[in-house]
Amino acid sequence: MESLESIVLAQPFFAGLEPDIAEMIAGCARNHVFEPDAYLFHEGEAAREFFLLREGDVSLEIHISGGTTIVLSTQHEGDVVGASWLIPPYRWNSDARARTRVRALGVDAECLRGKCEANPRTGYAMMKRFAPLLVRRLQAAQTQLLDVYGRADRP
Amino acid sequence: MTVSPYLPLPYRIIAVRQDTPDTATIDLQPVRAAIPEPAPGQFTMLYMLGVGEAPISVSGVPIEGAPLAQTLRGVGNVSKAIIRLQPGDEIGVRGPYGTTWPVAEADGHDVLFIAGGLGLAPLRPAIRHVLAHRDRYGRVAVLYGARTPADILYRDELVLWRRMLDVQVEVTVDRAQRAWHGAVGVVTELVSRAGFEPDRTLAMVCGPEVMMRFSVQALQGAGLPSERIYVSMERSMKCGTGLCGHCQFGAEFVCKQGAVMRYDRIASIFTVREI
Repeated sequence: MESLESIVLAQPFFAGLEPDIAEMIAGCARNHVFEPDAYLFHEGEAAREFFLLREGDVSLEIHISGGTTIVLSTQHEGDVVGASWLIPPYRWNSDARARTRVRALGVDAECLRGKCEANPRTGYAMMKRFAPLLVRRLQAAQTQLLDVYGRADRP
Repeated sequence: MTVSPYLPLPYRIIAVRQDTPDTATIDLQPVRAAIPEPAPGQFTMLYMLGVGEAPISVSGVPIEGAPLAQTLRGVGNVSKAIIRLQPGDEIGVRGPYGTTWPVAEADGHDVLFIAGGLGLAPLRPAIRHVLAHRDRYGRVAVLYGARTPADILYRDELVLWRRMLDVQVEVTVDRAQRAWHGAVGVVTELVSRAGFEPDRTLAMVCGPEVMMRFSVQALQGAGLPSERIYVSMERSMKCGTGLCGHCQFGAEFVCKQGAVMRYDRIASIFTVREI
């Protein structure tokens, strides 16, 4: 059987992680399976866990008036779902719904935050991985906001 | 007979396809003489009698009996008037103008096409060329981003390409409701999913300039050298022959030295707001 540590090390997001830190993260992790249309989390709930997608697709969604659901983005194999666990008040700001059958590694937020506090190397390793992810998502959100395709490319 | 590059030739519209609510592709046939065969990446000046001219990318080259195809979004006076035309109507066509996508230079390479919005139109002839000569190229990926599912161009052709087992086709939209089952996110997010080898890849990028800027960043971040990234610049082209100066871009004229340009040659001015 595959160990949680080897699953952690196999994630592209954790590429280059030192084995002792992988072991620490694995100590906070567990496997999940979500059937299609199951929710990984809901907006407003406490962000107790973040997920690394091993298989399947997840959409981050938000409800607007009139019962309409807008898909903010989709996440796929190898992607990380959830960053709210890092930032107080640790609450999700969207829903995450499985679009297909999803296999994911869930990492307990409180457990990992505690290890990051106690061991700055672990904290720095996580920061090095989550900071670029947050910047990339911010840039993506800015680009979506620009509505670049709303204008014609040529007259 | 030599055809003057300044003289519009009469063409008859033989088909109009409504690609999206505001975008249509027209198929054209020469009434008498034809313009020289456009190469992938080139554009023509379409002349709507009594209204004016507009530079429009060639979205289908007239080879093996196919008509000249051009895709327009109705935003200006000229394009709005042209997309309202019907089969049998005539317009003027002059050209072709501009540089071409580097389909010959890409020979032996993996090829990555990145298109945003209407940018798929100028890239389509290059994609078709590569797929028609598939054995000359390594891995081929088409990454396409549109505003919403309703704004996706050439749906049928994207499906056909996707069915080919040796082409990776990824489509994403910037916004969607739950009924959309495809990817949602910006086109640059697809770059990491393309699985190309930067050492042997050539990329062709076409779309709004801001989308191309972010795409270039993503490609460079993935290790692709600037000299193997090509972009298609958009400027206000009026004459198509480098005389009027409307499309000046630094020391170049986009209608003559572009619209397709190698990124390393324009990198120093690509993000300069004043240019």
